[in-house]
Amino acid sequence: MNAISKDMSGPLSSFAQRLNDVEGAERQAAIGALLRTGLPDRHVEAWKYTSLRPLSAQEFQAPPAQYDAAQAKSLLDNLLSQHDAVQTLPRIVFVNGRFVKDLSLLPEGMDVSFFSQKSLTVDVQASPDRDPLVALNTALVEDGAILHVAKGVDAGRMLLISLGVAGDTAISFHPRHSVVLEEGARLCLLSLSAGVGPYFHNPVTEVTVGESAKLYHTTLQTEGMQAIALATTYVQVAGHGVYNSFALGLGSLLSRHEVHARLNAPHAQLHVNGAQNLANHQVGDITSVITHAASDCISRQTVRNVLDGHARGVFQGKVLVEQVAQKTDGYQMNQALLLSENAEIDAKPELEIYADDVRCSHGATVGALDDDQLFYMRSRGVPEAQARHILIAAFLDEALSLIEDETAQEYCRAMLAIHFSAERKAA
Amino acid sequence: MSQFLEISGLCARIDADGQEKQILRGVDLTIPPGEVHAIMGPNGCGKSTLSYVLAGREDYEVTAGSVTFKGQDLLAMEPEERAAAGLFLAFQSPIELPGVNNANFLRTAVNAVRRARGLEELDAVAFLKMAREAAKSLSMAPDMLKRNVNVGFSGGEKKRNEVLQMTLLQPSFAILDETDSGLDVDALRIVAEGVNRLRSPDFSALVITHHQKLLDYLVPDRIHVMAKGRIILSGGPELAKKIDQEGYTKFLAEAA
Amino acid sequence: MPAVTETREAVEKLGQSTYKWGFETDIQMDLAPKGLNEDIVRLISARKNEPEWLLEWRLTAFRKWQSMKEPTWAKVSYPPIDYQDAHYYAAPRKKEGPKSLDEVDPELLKTYEKLGIPLHEQALLAGVELPEGETARPPVAVDAVFDSVSVVTTFRKTLEEAGVIFCPISEAVQEHPELVRKYLGSVVPVADNFYAALNSAVFTDGSFVYVPKGVRCPMELSTYFRINARNTGQFERTLIVVEDGASVSYLEGCTAPMRDENQLHAAVVELVAMEDASIKYSTVQNWYPGDSEGRGGIYNFVTKRGACRGARSKISWTQVETGSAITWKYPSCILQGDGSVGEFYSVAVTNNCQQADTGTKMIHIGRNTRSTIIAKTISAGRSDSTYRGLVRVQPKASGARNFTQCDSLLIGDECGAHTVPYIESRNMAARIEHEATTSKISEDQLFYCRQRGLSEEDAVGLIVNGFCRDVLKELPMEFAVEAQKLLQISLEGSVG
Repeated sequence: MNAISKDMSGPLSSFAQRLNDVEGAERQAAIGALLRTGLPDRHVEAWKYTSLRPLSAQEFQAPPAQYDAAQAKSLLDNLLSQHDAVQTLPRIVFVNGRFVKDLSLLPEGMDVSFFSQKSLTVDVQASPDRDPLVALNTALVEDGAILHVAKGVDAGRMLLISLGVAGDTAISFHPRHSVVLEEGARLCLLSLSAGVGPYFHNPVTEVTVGESAKLYHTTLQTEGMQAIALATTYVQVAGHGVYNSFALGLGSLLSRHEVHARLNAPHAQLHVNGAQNLANHQVGDITSVITHAASDCISRQTVRNVLDGHARGVFQGKVLVEQVAQKTDGYQMNQALLLSENAEIDAKPELEIYADDVRCSHGATVGALDDDQLFYMRSRGVPEAQARHILIAAFLDEALSLIEDETAQEYCRAMLAIHFSAERKAA
Repeated sequence: MSQFLEISGLCARIDADGQEKQILRGVDLTIPPGEVHAIMGPNGCGKSTLSYVLAGREDYEVTAGSVTFKGQDLLAMEPEERAAAGLFLAFQSPIELPGVNNANFLRTAVNAVRRARGLEELDAVAFLKMAREAAKSLSMAPDMLKRNVNVGFSGGEKKRNEVLQMTLLQPSFAILDETDSGLDVDALRIVAEGVNRLRSPDFSALVITHHQKLLDYLVPDRIHVMAKGRIILSGGPELAKKIDQEGYTKFLAEAA
Repeated sequence: MPAVTETREAVEKLGQSTYKWGFETDIQMDLAPKGLNEDIVRLISARKNEPEWLLEWRLTAFRKWQSMKEPTWAKVSYPPIDYQDAHYYAAPRKKEGPKSLDEVDPELLKTYEKLGIPLHEQALLAGVELPEGETARPPVAVDAVFDSVSVVTTFRKTLEEAGVIFCPISEAVQEHPELVRKYLGSVVPVADNFYAALNSAVFTDGSFVYVPKGVRCPMELSTYFRINARNTGQFERTLIVVEDGASVSYLEGCTAPMRDENQLHAAVVELVAMEDASIKYSTVQNWYPGDSEGRGGIYNFVTKRGACRGARSKISWTQVETGSAITWKYPSCILQGDGSVGEFYSVAVTNNCQQADTGTKMIHIGRNTRSTIIAKTISAGRSDSTYRGLVRVQPKASGARNFTQCDSLLIGDECGAHTVPYIESRNMAARIEHEATTSKISEDQLFYCRQRGLSEEDAVGLIVNGFCRDVLKELPMEFAVEAQKLLQISLEGSVG
């Protein structure tokens, strides 16, 4: 099997040893796909602005069976203590990509199972052939949550938590989650992630929203500052169904939040909103491909970036309207605030339209804080530093107000406030 | 401290698209405590520039002259220091602050100013009570405190919001930059009453306006006519009526 | 003579086709053998009697080209092009270069007459009859390029008196070698991209303009490109240099006969604007688009770029793209001088099986540089049209501003309209705004026009012209009228 590792070059070689040991036809097929394309470099259009070279810097080991339990506990407490409403919510907790029963509080009202208990079957949505990160995930996946909400059931609110606990050795974990809402079902899902040490988190999440079902999905990424987090989510929404999502990115050295969402039947709705606040040498990439594959669907996307220090933000948002998707209503807005001389934003909002009776628009703005606003506030006696902070917070807060689930919204607000105060302390 | 506000020989210019434009060309103006003065003048004479320079807008470069405010060198102060010292500018076009809640903003400003003046900060409850009362006296809808600062406000609402801020910040010197523009008669009266309530031996104001109307409600002690970046004529309240009847042209010709 | 029959047939076809410029001129041609190799490059250079440095420059480009690949990132598809299956030099046969109009082959003059391009200075100066209500327009100097060579340039005397050089680039190589050598390839380097490298190796003619310090060019300059010969490509090269405080407005138009096979047009245009200089470059591109089934048509793979080298210089591109089977074209501005200004105004219309991938690049390098992009895309039939644009703000470009507005209009449900902007900012004191919309012509608007007595096609024409107004108003008068007519003709048969 050493033949495989010889063919691996670039960032893929950081996983060579583990890929050599992989067994099973499905995983082997994924490795085949990986070997054909490798992990993407910046010549691949979808990765034009984000380089995976940081993955090459070190070899990523499989997580050892033992981890620092105290560390994990404290990470979890940090996530839960900031808002009363989340402390008692049902939660499924993974540490280094493996389900940990002791830290979890399993939800009722839905079927919960785990990938580790099943033989791996790859869903048609996330195909290893189309996406090398899905292929890598397929080859190395160990565990993940499978949530199933039955027809007409309101499953309430729950947390899906990933904790990364790495010591001196860099580790990687590749969980595969699946969320299925049957007809008329409802769920508010908060996906939280946090961690310490050098690790690579490569989750793939597949979401199916049934007819008239509603999923409110809020993702809060507060991974450790040495972490690389590349998350891919595939979503399909049936007629009159709603997938309403928001992703807030605060952590990671390098992160990518990539969503592929498909509106499959008339009157489906999609909200793929997000915000990121980055500083130092952080790179954060928010990428989405929204496909209107049926008529009378609505998609909305607002993404806001705040970039300080040497941080670099990337936004790629494609809205594809297929020929059948008449009466499509699509809106997309990407805005960036640059706070330092060395911060950078690269944006590529894209419309690809094959139906004529549509209303699609997108907008993008890039700029610094508004001088008029700063002066107005200062003329009212607010000191400059405070005025700047108020404007930055307001810029992000407007995005957070798009979070439909109020508890999730309050929680994100609280976490953002903590993030800001930590930032200011560091400064 | 001989005078409350003393402007002498003030010259200022702005850098507009790479070209320097001299706007103020030697403004001399003194306002004693407790007095309301008005500045009138044609468009482009420098009225608004004067208000921005006094409030500390950085786009304008002061090239000569001085401004003393309660014995302090006003031009050496940051905008927020001027506010804390008691200077308030009611903007001609109030700035919108999307995402910034009006009540939170007001409280932040009031407490920043109180802190600088050595007063105790107000807690949310005390502040809100005060703000609600002030808003009510200006006939403002209660939900205006909950909305974002000036976002989606009508012209009249914005001007009232300026007067509300002024009421809460309790300045000793207010500049009202065409606060009357875009207001109907009722709104004008309400705004003028708001200003009149602040009048006291410790409060002065400089009212910039085009029209006589506001001055009917806010009877000024002195009126100054400004043209081409200077004060060319000063007089009592009767001057405003004369200008309103005869227009600026005659005065400008006489002054020249 | 088969060629004559063909011409007649082509002319007859005009009655049925909407492409009114599709005739062929029967003229004796001097053709290089098919294929592309170093010998052909040497042959072209020898025919042009070029100095050694230019031959070397061409050969460098050719060698680079051989190692390059065709770009694939554009949203266009076409069968592989056999670059060896074309003539790289085609010139009307003649003994000596024409000294005056009298010496130009009358067939050629007739061609341009038919195209409505005035080449007779006398007639122009005498003033042709004008439609009522129109005032006499200032004359326009024309450089007429027929296949690979320039056949005539008008008004040269008038321009010379003003100090303006306007001549075929092949002549500039002989007469003003120092200027050509200094600026050729200085904006678009030989190996900039696959097509630019090809052009650098085999370009045959094009226009050269030099406007000295402080001179406002006394008249509009214009080049009219015509592809005529079969199995040839056209590779013209245009170089415009405008010195400190000078200005010029330049127009370019192009047509080609209707043929079943595809022909390649790979031009390079370089503009250089020094301090306070201004260049306005307008294009009405009307190459043969192919027939309604997608047979034939020009592959228009063009590199156009302007360098705003001096402070406060300005380059403005306006284009109306209605022709070509495939358009691949991104007129760009490198905003190097502080306070320099770049503009891009574009209307791109595709119908039937046409494909267009066009847009611009605005590279902000200097402080306080400004750029405006207005792009209007109209797709009809089974065509596909993409706006692709880059706005990049470099770290030193404090105070840079960009505003971009892209609007797409779809007519019919078998076409596609795409918008792909790239926005890259590395300066916090820069401001970039981008807006894009896609819609169709509203039923209400159509109904309103028709209720007032307009035919559906006229109504569409009217609405489309309104949709493009922001761009059309940037064109010089005479071009704006032509462009409006073209829009209407291009969309014929797209409704109903």
